[in-house]
Amino acid sequence: MLGDSIFAAMSVLLFTIIVLLGAFVAGLVGSLTGLGGGVIIIPLLTLVLGVDIHYAIGASIISVIATSSGSAAAYVKEGITNIRIGMFLEIATTISAIIGAIITVFINPSYIAIIFGVILLFSAAMMVRKKVDHSDNDTSGKLAVFLKLNGTYPTEKGMQNYAVHNVVGGFLMMFVAGIISGLLGIGSGALKVIAMDNIMRIPFKVSTTTSNFMMGVTAAASAIVYLHRGQIDPGIAMPVALGVLTGATLGSKILVRTKTDKLKLIFAIVVAFLASQMIYNGLTGRL
Amino acid sequence: MRKESKNFFADRDIQIILGTLLRVGVIASMAVVFIGGVVYLAFNHSEIVNYKQFDSVKSGFSTISDIFLGLGELKGSAIIQFGVLLLIFTPIMRVVFSIFSFLIERDYLYVLIGAFVLCVILFSLSNKLVG
Repeated sequence: MLGDSIFAAMSVLLFTIIVLLGAFVAGLVGSLTGLGGGVIIIPLLTLVLGVDIHYAIGASIISVIATSSGSAAAYVKEGITNIRIGMFLEIATTISAIIGAIITVFINPSYIAIIFGVILLFSAAMMVRKKVDHSDNDTSGKLAVFLKLNGTYPTEKGMQNYAVHNVVGGFLMMFVAGIISGLLGIGSGALKVIAMDNIMRIPFKVSTTTSNFMMGVTAAASAIVYLHRGQIDPGIAMPVALGVLTGATLGSKILVRTKTDKLKLIFAIVVAFLASQMIYNGLTGRL
Repeated sequence: MRKESKNFFADRDIQIILGTLLRVGVIASMAVVFIGGVVYLAFNHSEIVNYKQFDSVKSGFSTISDIFLGLGELKGSAIIQFGVLLLIFTPIMRVVFSIFSFLIERDYLYVLIGAFVLCVILFSLSNKLVG
């Protein structure tokens, strides 16, 4: 593996600088494309720097908490986030994230790399896919009414009502998203989008911000398990968290002014390459 | 109708406070991580890194009490871990705050849902899940 030959005896200072720069790029690109920083920082740490995947997962989850809480602060103020939907679905994601974080250490690192690669490919495909808004105002769902999940959000034409569908299906999909999040130390935004956009048929604006709002709590739940297990190493977590957060903050400032369609396509190819590398290294038992 | 509009404004206030809480939490914890990072680099910069094999005892500072002990000795890695801890507690505080705001709104169903989520997280904090 690359990491063995080039970076055999690296000093703490050099390691910190490389990870800091890598995490900055990961945060920047992750925020521009909406994929999140975790999906890039984990391949960087494992494939390039030869870090054990369990450490990479622990560091990544910290960056997920930082970026999601940072951007949630902005969204919450705009009043698009549906706090009730978020709170309700957090029941599923916190329980499953803890389960995922508990079982991850018992799984062979090679298998984790393969699962990671598959999720990465899936996220890349979701990123370039044309999104279709399925939202409507048909408030016939009894559970959604009982849980007061239906809401309004501001549009150019004033406040728009929307209704939430298939609450049970969305809840179950969120459970899967939480397991993956706890298992791999990523926000698993792509799976949350499936649950909210496609199954529950929530408008984009609301689903994106609400899923981001939930990510912090979900990640915190599994981060505690990682911390207790010693998977969060300060020497890795420090440059990763600082780098990803500054990158993501810059990304969100650029995002307002840039068209991201082309960037997303280029990035999807890069991510697909990283994913195949993770799967290949997993299959050959090198990770 | 009057009740609805009152709730709307309460919601707005809550959302603004929530947003501020999250932002302050992230900035404060990252500042601590940064300071810890400077101390850590000042003392450990020339050590050789070794993260090839996961070792559950190597990182030290993996419980809250250990982190506070290390903090007393002004160890860089303990300060970083304290910042990480602050960061982890930021979204948890957000849950606590949401529970109170639902209590003010008399939305007891969501007080219950919030309390449940908090219990799940506190259960994982109890340190009994890692074998």
